[in-house]
Amino acid sequence: MKKGNLTVGIFALLLLLFPLVVRSSYYQHLLIIIFIWVIIGSSWNLLAGYAGQVSFGHAIFFGVGAYTAGILVTKLGVSAWWGMLLGGFIAMAVALFVGWVCFRLRGPYFALATLAGGEIFRLIAINWESLTEGMVGILIIPTFKSKLPYYYLSFGLAAACILAIHLIMRSKWGYYFVSIREDQDAAESMGINTNRYKNIALLVSAFFTGLAGAFYMNYMGFIDPDVVFSLHYISIMAILVGIVGGVATIMGPAVGAVVMVGLQETFRSSFFGLAPQWVSEGHAIVFGLLVIFVIMFMANGIVGDWNKISRLFWRRKAVRT
Amino acid sequence: MTFFAVKNLTKSFGGLLAVNNVSFQVNEGEIFGLIGPNGSGKTTTFNCINQFFPLTSGDIIFQDQSIKGMKTHQICQLGIGRTFQVVKPLGRLSVLDNVTASAFCRVNSIKEARDVAEEVLEFTNLYGEKDKLAKSLPIGGRKRLEIARALATRPKLLLLDETAAGLTPTEVDEAIELIKKIRDSGVSILIIEHIMKLIMTISDRIHAINFGQTIAEGTPAEVANNPAVIEAYLGEEYVKGQGH
Repeated sequence: MKKGNLTVGIFALLLLLFPLVVRSSYYQHLLIIIFIWVIIGSSWNLLAGYAGQVSFGHAIFFGVGAYTAGILVTKLGVSAWWGMLLGGFIAMAVALFVGWVCFRLRGPYFALATLAGGEIFRLIAINWESLTEGMVGILIIPTFKSKLPYYYLSFGLAAACILAIHLIMRSKWGYYFVSIREDQDAAESMGINTNRYKNIALLVSAFFTGLAGAFYMNYMGFIDPDVVFSLHYISIMAILVGIVGGVATIMGPAVGAVVMVGLQETFRSSFFGLAPQWVSEGHAIVFGLLVIFVIMFMANGIVGDWNKISRLFWRRKAVRT
Repeated sequence: MTFFAVKNLTKSFGGLLAVNNVSFQVNEGEIFGLIGPNGSGKTTTFNCINQFFPLTSGDIIFQDQSIKGMKTHQICQLGIGRTFQVVKPLGRLSVLDNVTASAFCRVNSIKEARDVAEEVLEFTNLYGEKDKLAKSLPIGGRKRLEIARALATRPKLLLLDETAAGLTPTEVDEAIELIKKIRDSGVSILIIEHIMKLIMTISDRIHAINFGQTIAEGTPAEVANNPAVIEAYLGEEYVKGQGH
């Protein structure tokens, strides 16, 4: 455990120093995107990995957070930074409703309900033009030209999110979440109000995801329904980040975010310009293959199956007893 | 004071009457057995008591209070714990974590919950397995874990659903010891069991049902000699044959 703390500490220090050493705004941007995904992935993992309620609709909370920040500017003329404060809470309010509807269902039916929920919110954002500007989207002028403030803010948020989930999982809530995941009927008979604790997991998860959404609005300066309420780029990506990194592990989503954003960027840029343009279209296939590979050979993700992986590469070292 | 009573309990699934007008009372400190052939409605009675199913009619009283219509977790918080016939271990958690999660029913800090859990594991003879994953336990261990998890919620009444089914004869003897030990610690017990050796030796009173209806109630000896019970278990032919 101590060794783990040290590793995390060194990583955190390196990440704090990174933008001071690497001045390229491209790489700083990549890390900011990774931090955003650490937040979304970790939040998804709290609900799906720990509490066992697999969500296919996390774009709902991301989008609501982003639109909260955006609408504050377009409708109220308030700085989008207030959205950082409000976005998480509005996302929680929405989560209360989503939970009220979807937690009537269990297992795959819950997942399907959230999938439908995500699409409903995307369509609302497209069609409620008087509020959201519809497909035109919302454009704001970012406050800072430099990436540094965004870098440190997103880093801080990601770290706070991981720490919060770490603490939750070592408390009564954490025990209750995993009990519900393992057997909901047994959990009920153990005196656990399963409905309440599923909602708590959802609310915490929605809060951080909404926060990430509000940050995204501030950072990118532009959102439209197909970006922030996207099934493919947000909801499914959240699941990929979770399962590739390792569900029900604290650092899994962080690792997953690095791998998935890295892969996505590699393809988007056609292997950094080295491959022909059409290669960039191939990312969906590669994501699919990756998921199949992870499910078949390392069902617990990179972090969960780390011992298995390290044995492949460092056969000798792993044998020590 | 009524400690625990089932009054005119009726439960139907569509047209099927699973439990029909069953009444019995459990006194504080006693072991009360519920017997009956397969499909006679015993587990359904349990599921009605801890409110997995809503009752069709009738009432359930615990400590002078009707618990009808409460939620399952509220029943547990009131002080009625239960085990499942088909065990439900939290498979990917350690034995200790299974019981710790349950202990949070009465305490809030992780330290207290661990203490309660370790004490209960000691009591149920599972302490040596506490770091194993629940799913790695053999059936005997899983049955014990069910009991440990229920005990960690500090119940006043414990519902045991076929705790000894599938156990070896030695394990059955251990189960008998454990159940007596639980009773002696001040927990009243309502137990469903098919193994006659167990139910006849430990029960203070027994209630027998068949096809969802009461056929007998009394001490183990009275119930064992009741013609209706013998008929339910061994068949009408056997009872007639005895007369000759």
